[in-house]
Amino acid sequence: MSLVRLNAVSKIYSRKMDRKFLRSYLWSRVHPARHERFYALKQVTLGLHEGDSLAVVGPNGAGKSTLLSLIAGLSSPDEGQIQVNGRVAALLELGSGFHADLTGAENVLLNAALLGFSRRRAREKFDQIVDFSGIGEFINEPLRTYSTGMVMRLAFSVATAVDPDILLIDEVLAVGDSDFQAKCVRKIQELKQAGRVLICTSHVLGTLRDLCTRALWLDRGQVLREGPLAELLAEYQSSASGAG
Amino acid sequence: MLYRNYGFLLRNLILRDFRIRYRNMSLGVFWSLLNPLVMMAVLTFIFTRVFTGSSVPNFHVFVLCGIVPFNFFAVAWVSGTTSVYQNSGLVKKVILPREIVPISTVLANCIHFLIQIALLVAVVLSAGYGVNGYWALLPMVFGLEVVFVCGLSLISSALDVYFRDVRYVVESANTVLFWLVPIFYPFTAVPYRFNSLYQYNPIAAVVLACRNILMEGKAPPPTLLYKLFFVSSFFLVAGLLVFGRLKRKFADYL
Repeated sequence: MSLVRLNAVSKIYSRKMDRKFLRSYLWSRVHPARHERFYALKQVTLGLHEGDSLAVVGPNGAGKSTLLSLIAGLSSPDEGQIQVNGRVAALLELGSGFHADLTGAENVLLNAALLGFSRRRAREKFDQIVDFSGIGEFINEPLRTYSTGMVMRLAFSVATAVDPDILLIDEVLAVGDSDFQAKCVRKIQELKQAGRVLICTSHVLGTLRDLCTRALWLDRGQVLREGPLAELLAEYQSSASGAG
Repeated sequence: MLYRNYGFLLRNLILRDFRIRYRNMSLGVFWSLLNPLVMMAVLTFIFTRVFTGSSVPNFHVFVLCGIVPFNFFAVAWVSGTTSVYQNSGLVKKVILPREIVPISTVLANCIHFLIQIALLVAVVLSAGYGVNGYWALLPMVFGLEVVFVCGLSLISSALDVYFRDVRYVVESANTVLFWLVPIFYPFTAVPYRFNSLYQYNPIAAVVLACRNILMEGKAPPPTLLYKLFFVSSFFLVAGLLVFGRLKRKFADYL
């Protein structure tokens, strides 16, 4: 059974969305202007099965994050259909759902709740999460005293404790140190062996090589290529260095 | 993506708001009490010393019965309205039932509300009014006000995502409502033909019910309670529908 299926999905942004205030909205009603529309994603078709791991690569603005937020159900497609079967955990932005004034422990509980844990399950998993993060005694300090890497450790630890069917990671892993990255890779391998789906984006191609077997190359919202990771990354790298 | 643990999520979001607000304020509770006390003192001074026509006995209790429900309404509505925008990180990047954002914000304000209700009860008792059986209605009356503010905030917070000036409209509406809710004047002063219109305003209804119960020792008229119930429930249902419709494009506008 495919866990994630995208059928000719497009996401269109239009300049219309700039009307942030009533006045500009009313003005646009009186003077309807032609709105520039552009495709953040155009006709993307994709199917992922149990145990699949997909790396999404492409230059800035290619539509990588848009793709992940569509799969997460955080925004809706303008064309095409998306089917997602299973529990999704998303690490789309470092520290979203975290608050700087709360302690690490309070943030763990808050995020566990955000990810859909019950109170009992959050209690059961709490030690495991803190242990995996390696934050140690700082767990009772406010988050604003943490380094970026420490925040990411905590975020990753909570998100993988959910035991998601589908894990989405957007450009987050890069901030961890190499020890923790190795730990993340091991954790993700475990999830994959358990039949989970991983989709991640990164500009650090080395990380992607450790995690994924397939790759999707996006450019200006369109799929340039899709296929086995090794070949595609080689091609991507040579095109990137060729283009400067 | 199905959430079964709304309770735990709601609890944690409320705790978050509360902790953030009070963590660095050792006098946290004091601030909740200061504002209604100052308002009570000022309004009492003006309407018993400056405008001396008032015939209401125990004017300070009378006016506090108006200030406490109105204060909660005004503060909770404004913070509810901006809540989705304030939490855009959550709304854009975290998979969660988005309705919970304005609702938890309004509920976090209830902690203030409870403190202020305790103040109101203390003032009522110290003025010599006794406890009566109708006090049992108070949780329902205040509860319906919370329901009303939740519904209203669902609508205004969703609109605020699309039009950022909705919050200013809300602030202005609060200023107007301060005069249109019988806070410092008795309901009997309102011309008869406006009576029923007044009662459809849930905040006015809560204020009137409070005075009935706490000061007059009698049950609020059933029609008043029906109107409070229906208008509040209507706004909650309408709020959920409007929010449910508008939330689909939140990520594109935030």
